Amino acid sequence: MQAVPPDWPSGYWWHWLFFTVVLIVFVLTMVIGAIYIERRALGRMQSRLGPNRTGPFGLLQAVADATKVLLKENIVPSAADRVVHFLAPVVAFAPVVIMLAVVPFQDGALLADLNIGVLYVVAISSVTTVGVFMAGWGSSNKYSLLGAMRTVAAVVSYEIPLVLSIVGVVLVAGSLSLNQIVLAQDIPFILLQPLGFFLFFTAGCAEINRSPFDLMEADSELVAGFHTEYSGMKFAMFYLVEYAEAIAMSAIITTLFLGGWRGPLLPPWLWFILKVLIVFFVMVWTRTTLPRVRIDQLMALAWKFLFPLALINLFITAVQVLAWPDTLPWIMVVINIVIMGVLVLAWSRFFKLGWGRVKV
Amino acid sequence: MLKFERFGLGIAKGLAVTFRYLLRHPSVTQYPEQRLNVSRRIRGAELVWSREKCTGCATCAKACPQGAIEIVTATNLIDNKYEVQTYRVDTGYCIQCGLCVEACPYDAVFMGYAYERAKYRRGDVVQANDELLESPSRPVSGYFHPDLAEKLPEQTLLIEKIVEKRK
Repeated sequence: MQAVPPDWPSGYWWHWLFFTVVLIVFVLTMVIGAIYIERRALGRMQSRLGPNRTGPFGLLQAVADATKVLLKENIVPSAADRVVHFLAPVVAFAPVVIMLAVVPFQDGALLADLNIGVLYVVAISSVTTVGVFMAGWGSSNKYSLLGAMRTVAAVVSYEIPLVLSIVGVVLVAGSLSLNQIVLAQDIPFILLQPLGFFLFFTAGCAEINRSPFDLMEADSELVAGFHTEYSGMKFAMFYLVEYAEAIAMSAIITTLFLGGWRGPLLPPWLWFILKVLIVFFVMVWTRTTLPRVRIDQLMALAWKFLFPLALINLFITAVQVLAWPDTLPWIMVVINIVIMGVLVLAWSRFFKLGWGRVKV
Repeated sequence: MLKFERFGLGIAKGLAVTFRYLLRHPSVTQYPEQRLNVSRRIRGAELVWSREKCTGCATCAKACPQGAIEIVTATNLIDNKYEVQTYRVDTGYCIQCGLCVEACPYDAVFMGYAYERAKYRRGDVVQANDELLESPSRPVSGYFHPDLAEKLPEQTLLIEKIVEKRK
């Protein structure tokens, strides 16, 4: 369980094999868990029960759904670009698993301790969009294409505040390696970088098309967007991508802001999984609470609210790191939370949708 | 003027609402296993007919807007009275309006209290004579008969289930 194996070439491949298997198993089991949590929690919050028939407490519902979907006929539209249509789910799914390669499950327990881990995550996570766009284009369906165009627009816009809010963390931690970032978190960065966390969470939700920013696959207006024309196993892949992305984003948030695997008593990997599930639960919670935004609201939020705040956050963090590197962290925590409150309030004054026509 | 609803407080309030619902008992019934008591005056799925009270006057058949009731009477020369030979209802046509029950001068027809009356064959919905009598599987609703309604259990509402403690 070491990043750089001591007995170089032979241990290298065992390490690779072990963590590849671990990552795939982690993604698949977490996705099943995530689907279960999402459906049950969503149900309870809507005064329903959610699936509870398949297996004990409905735990096997995802398995039953997967079996059903896998046995279904695979329909490809006659006008579809067959190669692109076929490749899209793979292109969308692969980066999600690859992204987790740099996320530590405990100290040094990761597939590759890249010294540019954060950059790697940012780069790889955007590749999923290519898969989504391929799906939209390859389907030769106007709704799919619209959904895919919206996804591209949203991801391009939200990538900027996403990256800028990570930079704050990198400045505080002084490293791009996710393992080093976790090791630097004696205080979870959610306290040292509250505004960064807020921005990252919002932009992350938009990046992975989760509600309230799920207008790229808005079932009620776009007939599920880019995966309208997918059925059978390929649809299952997109379904998997949706939740795997959410899990991967939760894992990144956990690593960057919640102290990753660090925690008392419980074993580190359990802490990590617990934190991932908590972050995912918050995503479910916001999904069931907030209504879907329009495309113009989505863009406005990215460019008028998140982007300037991310820039300001980066500036303030840089000044803090440069000017007072040795201040007591708890003082910084208080200062940063106050700054976050003031900034969000102040910027909400500037940030008006529809130039004040929309009265709340 | 600083209205905090516009600065994220609204979102926080919404999140609080959904979280409260998470801890609350869900207002649903697990249908086949758990059942709610329906209204005591439900106009249930099928007509219940009483052979003893029926005189064969066919008022119900006249009142039926669908013409779903067919009644054949004959003279019983030995007892010197009318008797009903066939009382046949095409429940597939029945619209549960209850007009036959209201029209009957002898209180011989009732609405059913049960509501699960799906059939596998079209022919099964046409019911006649003994099939229409009251039985444990074909209870009588209190519709238009307040005396019968009093004996039936009170209706349960979903709103009452919400205040139940969580199991």
